[in-house]
Amino acid sequence: MTEPIPTPVKPPFWNNPQTRAIAFQVIALVVTVAFGWSIFENTQANLRRLGIASGFDFLSSPAGFDIIQTLIPYSPTSSYGRVFWVGLLNTLLVSALGVVLATLLGFVIGIARLSKNWLISRLALVYIETFRNIPLLLQIFFWYFAVLRAVPAPRQSLSLGDVIFLNIRGLYLPAPQFQPSFGWVIAAFGGAVAASWLLVRWARSRQLATGQQFPALSVSLALLFGLPLATFWLAGSPLEWQIPKLGGFNFQGGWVVIPEMASLLLALTIYTAAFIAEIVRAGIQAVSHGQTEASFSLGLNSGMTLRLIILPQALRVIIPPLTNQYLNLTKNSSLAAAIGYPDLVSAFAGTTLNQTGQAIECIAITMTVYLTISLLISLAMNQYNRRVALVER
Amino acid sequence: MAETHIPHPILPPPSNSVGVLGWLRRNLFSSPLNIALTLLALYLLYTLIPPLLRWALLDATWTGDNREACSAHSGACWVFIRVHFEQFLYGFYPDDQRWRVNLAAILLVLGAAPLFIRAVPDRTKIRLGLSLLIGYPIIAFVLFKGGRLGLSAVDTSSWGGLLLTLVIAGVGMIAALPLGILLALGRRSQMPAIQTLCVTFIEFWRGVPLITVLFMSSVMLPLFLPAGMNFDKLLRALIGVTLFQAAYMAEVVRGGLQAIPKGQFEAAAALGLGYWKTMALIVLPQALKLVIPGIVNTFIALFKDTSLVLIIGLFDLMNIVHNATTNPEWLGFSTEGYVFTATVYWLFCFGMSRYSQNLEKRLHTGHKR
Repeated sequence: MTEPIPTPVKPPFWNNPQTRAIAFQVIALVVTVAFGWSIFENTQANLRRLGIASGFDFLSSPAGFDIIQTLIPYSPTSSYGRVFWVGLLNTLLVSALGVVLATLLGFVIGIARLSKNWLISRLALVYIETFRNIPLLLQIFFWYFAVLRAVPAPRQSLSLGDVIFLNIRGLYLPAPQFQPSFGWVIAAFGGAVAASWLLVRWARSRQLATGQQFPALSVSLALLFGLPLATFWLAGSPLEWQIPKLGGFNFQGGWVVIPEMASLLLALTIYTAAFIAEIVRAGIQAVSHGQTEASFSLGLNSGMTLRLIILPQALRVIIPPLTNQYLNLTKNSSLAAAIGYPDLVSAFAGTTLNQTGQAIECIAITMTVYLTISLLISLAMNQYNRRVALVER
Repeated sequence: MAETHIPHPILPPPSNSVGVLGWLRRNLFSSPLNIALTLLALYLLYTLIPPLLRWALLDATWTGDNREACSAHSGACWVFIRVHFEQFLYGFYPDDQRWRVNLAAILLVLGAAPLFIRAVPDRTKIRLGLSLLIGYPIIAFVLFKGGRLGLSAVDTSSWGGLLLTLVIAGVGMIAALPLGILLALGRRSQMPAIQTLCVTFIEFWRGVPLITVLFMSSVMLPLFLPAGMNFDKLLRALIGVTLFQAAYMAEVVRGGLQAIPKGQFEAAAALGLGYWKTMALIVLPQALKLVIPGIVNTFIALFKDTSLVLIIGLFDLMNIVHNATTNPEWLGFSTEGYVFTATVYWLFCFGMSRYSQNLEKRLHTGHKR
């Protein structure tokens, strides 16, 4: 006689992982929706109580205040919508300049950190450890209140070769004045870009087909610099510099960098460069020394090793965190509000919000802008990552 | 005749490749480029260091109690810091109640000291650490806020200076870590609804600057709450800072979770462990250990970010120093103020990063190459 095989006992339904998963998700969604709904209800009630009309109509009413730096025409009679664009452009301007300058400084310091020269590498270390451990806001305040607010008045301006002037009103730079025939120089540059692009393509396909190399880099560099310069000379130097002149109580002419912008840019550059330097160092160190040795044993010289072997691998490590730093820099530029540089947060989420009382709309628009910038950069980043990612078998 | 071969004695290495001279040759003067760089660096140091030393130490004023004392010297006026020092530490905390802050600080030092002593067994350390993590905030809150146990109440609006900075940073750290872990687990979850919620939450907070979050918590949060219910300004800032840092923490922890091999999950399942036991006993201890540097980096970022509460009018260390520099009686000493503040922030951040490196080395139980 054999024992009958017991039929398996079905576990109770609440122990079934699938049932549980569905239950958890339903609970989570219900809680989220209820939370959102109660916030919505409260906000509606509060707005009614405070007598605030919600909506975006305020964007077309006149702003009535002036802005110290505008990239597009703006006057106090312009609308709040115009204020938004002025602020956004100011944010983008300081971020773009900051990204370029911080990358340059960061790469220099990152490479200095790896230098065989003990003194240079120590100096780079001191720079990195000092600036990344001090809050950015403090650095902005230092440059603004302790340095740029302490420089002399216009009449006693500090000057560099009598063309660049620094005083309490800002930094005065000579402005280029383009004559009409300068268009030829730009056209020549465009032609040189197109020509060198074709040249590089031709050189590459010829190398693939025949193995013969062509010095495409040096020839295209010569094209890029030589052609515009030659045109510049032939067209009779159609460029003059307008040097700022002291007239009355202030300088006239030239380009002005307002102190708010200068200190924000300085602080953003110095702070972010410290982080970029560490990223660059880590990226270069991540490429093992065996790669260099293998490349030498294949007969590549040190320049080609750097260009073809080390950099492509180091960039794979460097680019993702580097993009992160660019994003951080863009978001950090919102600290402009603390010193009154008219960026998006300061001009729109600050002044406009205070004047109109449209808190929800202003903050929502501002946050959406930053979210959009972040998501766009993340998307581009993921695209790039997919392209360079290590393909494993 | 057999000749015995007597080898020459081994020559010492050339004198210019050993000792100080050798080191200098190798590290500073190995090539023309390096020589140029070394000279440039030396010139840079020569132009920077002596004036800096003269300003900060030699020509500085250390004694006195008003600004006239500083007019005799050309260097820094540290009297400014000395006069305001108490204010920088406690903000507007009432003079006769400051012992409570000091007591809390002493308690923290005494309680945390065993964590830094090697001889204390790890098990005790973990227990002590966890009870500190849960118990200390309560004790500190009662001490600071008062209104209970016969302590007079001190409104949060008079908390300030380094005290407020540490309160915000401490609460942010203690609250952001567990929240971040939960978010990271949610993001890695198999359930689509939970995953979407967590991803949306994380990406939203990571995509906006902290300053707009603080703006939001100060102007929008009151609108979100039912009429009559109002939060303290400090609490609103704390909520903003915590949610913001939790999103960053979640991404750090996710990095650690992704690095744990699948075999660990399968082994835990084979042993009959459920989801929470697998996570708490097998996965998280390994994952968190892997991401200690990332966690500490987030803490350092949080510590620096506390300075942003200045925007919504809280008097943390940064704001109270800034406020003192705009005092008409003490105009013109902003450099001293900022240098002092920078030093304080630097000490905390640098200390944290050093401690994390130390911890990383000690917790490294795998094989070292």
